[in-house]
Amino acid sequence: MSLAEPAALPVATSAAPRLHLLKRLSSRFRASLPAYLLLLPSLVFLALFTYGAMGRVLIDALYQRATPKAPVRFVGLDNISAVLADPAFTGAVVNNLIYAVGTAIPSIGLALLFALALSRTNAVSSALRAALFLPVLIPMVAASALFLFIFLPNVGLLDYYIGRLLPVVPNWLGDPDIALTAIMVITIWKNAGYYMLFFLAGLQAVPEDVMEAAHLDGAGPFMRLRYIILPELKPTFLFVIVIATLNAVTQVDHVFVMTKGGPSNSTNLVLFYIYQQAVEHYDIGKASAATLLTLAALMGLTALSFRTMANREGRA
Amino acid sequence: MTLIDRLFRDAPLATRREITPKLGFMLTILLAIVWLIPFLWMGVATLRPASDGINAMAELMPSLQPTLDNIRDAWEIGDFPRYTLNTTFICTGILLVQFVTITLAGFAFARLEFAGKTLIFYLFLMQLMLVPVLLIVPNLSLVAQLGLYDTLTGVMMPFFASAFGTFLMRQAFEAIPTELEDAALIDGASLLQRIRHIYVPLSMPSFSTFAIISVTSHWNDFLWPLMVINSPDKRPLTVGLSVFTATAEGTQAWGTIAAGTLMVIAPLLITFLIFQKRFISSFVTSGIK
Repeated sequence: MSLAEPAALPVATSAAPRLHLLKRLSSRFRASLPAYLLLLPSLVFLALFTYGAMGRVLIDALYQRATPKAPVRFVGLDNISAVLADPAFTGAVVNNLIYAVGTAIPSIGLALLFALALSRTNAVSSALRAALFLPVLIPMVAASALFLFIFLPNVGLLDYYIGRLLPVVPNWLGDPDIALTAIMVITIWKNAGYYMLFFLAGLQAVPEDVMEAAHLDGAGPFMRLRYIILPELKPTFLFVIVIATLNAVTQVDHVFVMTKGGPSNSTNLVLFYIYQQAVEHYDIGKASAATLLTLAALMGLTALSFRTMANREGRA
Repeated sequence: MTLIDRLFRDAPLATRREITPKLGFMLTILLAIVWLIPFLWMGVATLRPASDGINAMAELMPSLQPTLDNIRDAWEIGDFPRYTLNTTFICTGILLVQFVTITLAGFAFARLEFAGKTLIFYLFLMQLMLVPVLLIVPNLSLVAQLGLYDTLTGVMMPFFASAFGTFLMRQAFEAIPTELEDAALIDGASLLQRIRHIYVPLSMPSFSTFAIISVTSHWNDFLWPLMVINSPDKRPLTVGLSVFTATAEGTQAWGTIAAGTLMVIAPLLITFLIFQKRFISSFVTSGIK
């Protein structure tokens, strides 16, 4: 008995905490169970269409079919290198960069102008805000249908009123040098009113007394803009830039309706390239590789937007 | 300048004589007019009789003999009633499921403590960054595997969970005083009863904000339904309009295109003009959808 006791004792002491831990874990799980059940519906759909989709992109990018009906075979990084070697893809990336910069800067600039001009609330400025906001509401496809006529050679709205002032009437959507700019004009028209809302909200935070003090000190409108308003709007700027960049990657409906990426790929954008690979060429491997590259590029932006959102949370 | 002066009456006294803000304001008025021109053309061209000829199509002065022929043509050629029905069905379906998922998840984040809360929170946050539009390729093969290719359910499914909505509801629920829930707890109300009878009725403004954002964004979805839907009778408005435009463009029927576009955007525009303030404040909240 006296020999057995010391042997039994360590077992008992070592088993007890483990049992305790298990019990604690299971009781923690049981306490968490209602929350998990509430989250379950959302998590199922997120798992299927967000995380699962991510995983699927990763896997699909590694496989290839010789013909649309042939069995898939593992090709490693071949799809990625094929995409990177495809002049249509690199062209789309370049176009998309031009498109991103060429839409973000003018639409944000205009949005700031609109917000500054319409920050006082009265009947006139409300009506103007509504007018500038209208394009935000309508589908990109509807906007494209309207602009298809606006850009129509010779009889279209632009040529009818402005084109005749030019020495040579340009073919807005048919000329590879101009088509991308024409596409950008639609995006600017459609998004400036949206970004204006954020600047209007941001301007509310500019302290009135600082503004008053500034013009008592003789600061003109540009000085006040430069030294008081713009610094105050910095978080808004960051936030709007992130959204504008995301939009530059995800808004391609007008490319589909108006130019289908042409003429000679001059308006092809990355997401439209992905669509073409998947739907028109049935090349899921290449489409997935292109998606993967785009997602990777957006990861940098993700980090940035996390920080921006943290800034916003900190302010609120 | 007197009208402009009237508008600047509430500006601080010292700035009232400054010229730059007024120039900016006039420039904005000018641009607002430019911004409205596509809509103006749409209205004028819809009512213009085809007999005016293609050369007068761009004329922004309304025709003296307005006609409803274009609207009738678009209505007959385009099958817009069917498209409208499909879009309404898609938007309503998405919204109803979202209401359930975001209410439950929002409540869990707002009021419950559970293991792995931070981790799950970040999992939700990821959806804000991985915009669903980018994942069209993998999601299409998933929808096909589920047997939902060419169905409206397939169009709706990727949007059933919404991180944006969940965060919105979390915020709304956190603002509700716990005393109300405690009272119900004493009366023996179950968890779901408390959500249903206390949290949901008190969060109606957030629900309406979310409804506005959700419906407008899915009303306008194009690339995803274009990929999922194959049958002409299942097309939503945007896809229908793009097909319709492509057809009418060939025959240079610009009046009909204008009429078709008008029919597609009229419901949203009318709702916006009625609930302007709610729309604007909702869109400010929306940041990333």
